[in-house]
Amino acid sequence: MTMATTSTPAETLPSVKSDYLPILLPIVLAAAALPFIGNPVTWVTLTVAALAMGMMIFVIASGLTLVFGLMDVLNFGHGAFIAVGAYIALSVLGLLSGWVQVDSLAWNLMALGLAVVVAMAGTGLIGWAFERVIVKPVYGQHLKQILITMGGLIVAEQLIHVLWGGDQKAMALPTALRGAIVVGDFAVEKFRILAVIVGLVVFVAMMLVLNRTKIGLLIRAGVENSEMVEALGYRIRRLFVGVFVAGSALAGLGGVMWALYRETLTAAIGGDIMVLVFIVIIIGGLGSVGGCFLGAILVAMMANYTAFLAPKIALASNILLMVAILMWRPQGLYPVAKR
Amino acid sequence: MSEPLLSLQGVHTHIGQYHILQGVDLVLPKDGMTVLLGRNGAGKTTTLRTIMGLWQPSQGTITFDGRSIGGMPTPDIAQGGIAYVPETMAVFADLTVAENMTLAARSGPVDAARLDWIFGLFPALKKFWQLPAGVLSGGQKQMLAIARAIAEPRRLILIDEPTKGIAPAIIEAMITAFAELKRETTILLVEQNFRFAASLGDHVAVMDDGRIVHRGAMADLARDETLQQRLLGLSLDAHQ
Repeated sequence: MTMATTSTPAETLPSVKSDYLPILLPIVLAAAALPFIGNPVTWVTLTVAALAMGMMIFVIASGLTLVFGLMDVLNFGHGAFIAVGAYIALSVLGLLSGWVQVDSLAWNLMALGLAVVVAMAGTGLIGWAFERVIVKPVYGQHLKQILITMGGLIVAEQLIHVLWGGDQKAMALPTALRGAIVVGDFAVEKFRILAVIVGLVVFVAMMLVLNRTKIGLLIRAGVENSEMVEALGYRIRRLFVGVFVAGSALAGLGGVMWALYRETLTAAIGGDIMVLVFIVIIIGGLGSVGGCFLGAILVAMMANYTAFLAPKIALASNILLMVAILMWRPQGLYPVAKR
Repeated sequence: MSEPLLSLQGVHTHIGQYHILQGVDLVLPKDGMTVLLGRNGAGKTTTLRTIMGLWQPSQGTITFDGRSIGGMPTPDIAQGGIAYVPETMAVFADLTVAENMTLAARSGPVDAARLDWIFGLFPALKKFWQLPAGVLSGGQKQMLAIARAIAEPRRLILIDEPTKGIAPAIIEAMITAFAELKRETTILLVEQNFRFAASLGDHVAVMDDGRIVHRGAMADLARDETLQQRLLGLSLDAHQ
């Protein structure tokens, strides 16, 4: 190799616009809600509850948004992993009832941790089979994807009925996670704090993987232009299977958290929350993990505030939120550059 | 002509109901630059995409370095030593210039000496190294797309219309860079700008209606205006 002496015209450094405006939205929404709610204690309680709920929705939605972005797959069966994860955890916690009922945070967390690991392993494995058997034959065919993945969801729910029964189950919180921490007039439920911590850990881990590893680089590039990633010599399909499995496992984790949050579960638990998950993915920007995180917080805040102020329009308020955001940014809050 | 590096024999490609390539016969020698010319819709881009495995040939054989690659998955073709610079450039806009180059180097970090060589070819990339590729100008994105293709040594680079929509000053810089580049690797260039193509090409093939209608030395075609008029015909203005 010899060094060329090519010169190019003088270039000025392009400016990189930092887009912080969407980050302000939750703050604006919280501030706007305060006068309507009136009582600051209630406002704090609702806001903390919203953060916890938002983190759980984020955990569920984060894998799905990457699946959407990476392979353009519309997986309406994602709710199955939420339900299966919750039921597996129910069984594991049932087996570890001694650890769950003792008033010891360490034993409770060990039981919960073990239940989460088993639930994530189970849903990850089912996710792998789901991708191979149900999703793989319908790549590039959106209508078929919708139909077959919804079919997969129905089959999964029926299998849950067969294995665990069709009745509503109680999913009690471990003893040390019940109740609230009281600071002055403010009371924050312990499980909500745990949910926020878990959500933040998942978010930070995902951002580290996406931004600091080659696998993450490939995922980000694949979300933008999977064809070019293949032209560089990488097998995007293998990567996709990996992301699908990870997304399914995260849905399983979210299912465990969501069931414990509600303290009850049925086979339809996944379907119930999927409406919010899809809203989050759309307003965040398909394939954007950062957008998904922000969208989850916004949706949860809107759901909690309106559930308190005007319960009848709780779901409608989130659809209105989605419409408003899409009118402002048609590709979502943080759209991924697509080819 | 030296021993062929790539050969296409009777290659047909269908895209949906359209029969785009209708028996392409093309032989690329092991060195230098071959330019593929032809009017819009002649099948030039489809030829590159078919070689790269992005479209599957419905008939015919594609041989690269003695090995049949027709119908192989794109990643396998890329790993075999063929790089592709599409017409759209396809830089990853949300990734930095550095990250784009990191992805292009499959076997590990980009070799420092090679990176210096690339910076010599395209100095702008060094300046914008930590910026997202999406903020670069069209010419800078084209430089990045080509730099990505040469991040590691490749046997063959397929480049689709690198001068399209690029400022004349950048094109001049690109000519210098390509002249250097073709000393290291074989290039198949699809180009509409005849002056650019003629200044760099060693061999030329002209396509029309999904077939190769002329093959020869670029110097011969550059000299023969009558032949240019006959082969490039109505689209000659666009090729100037």
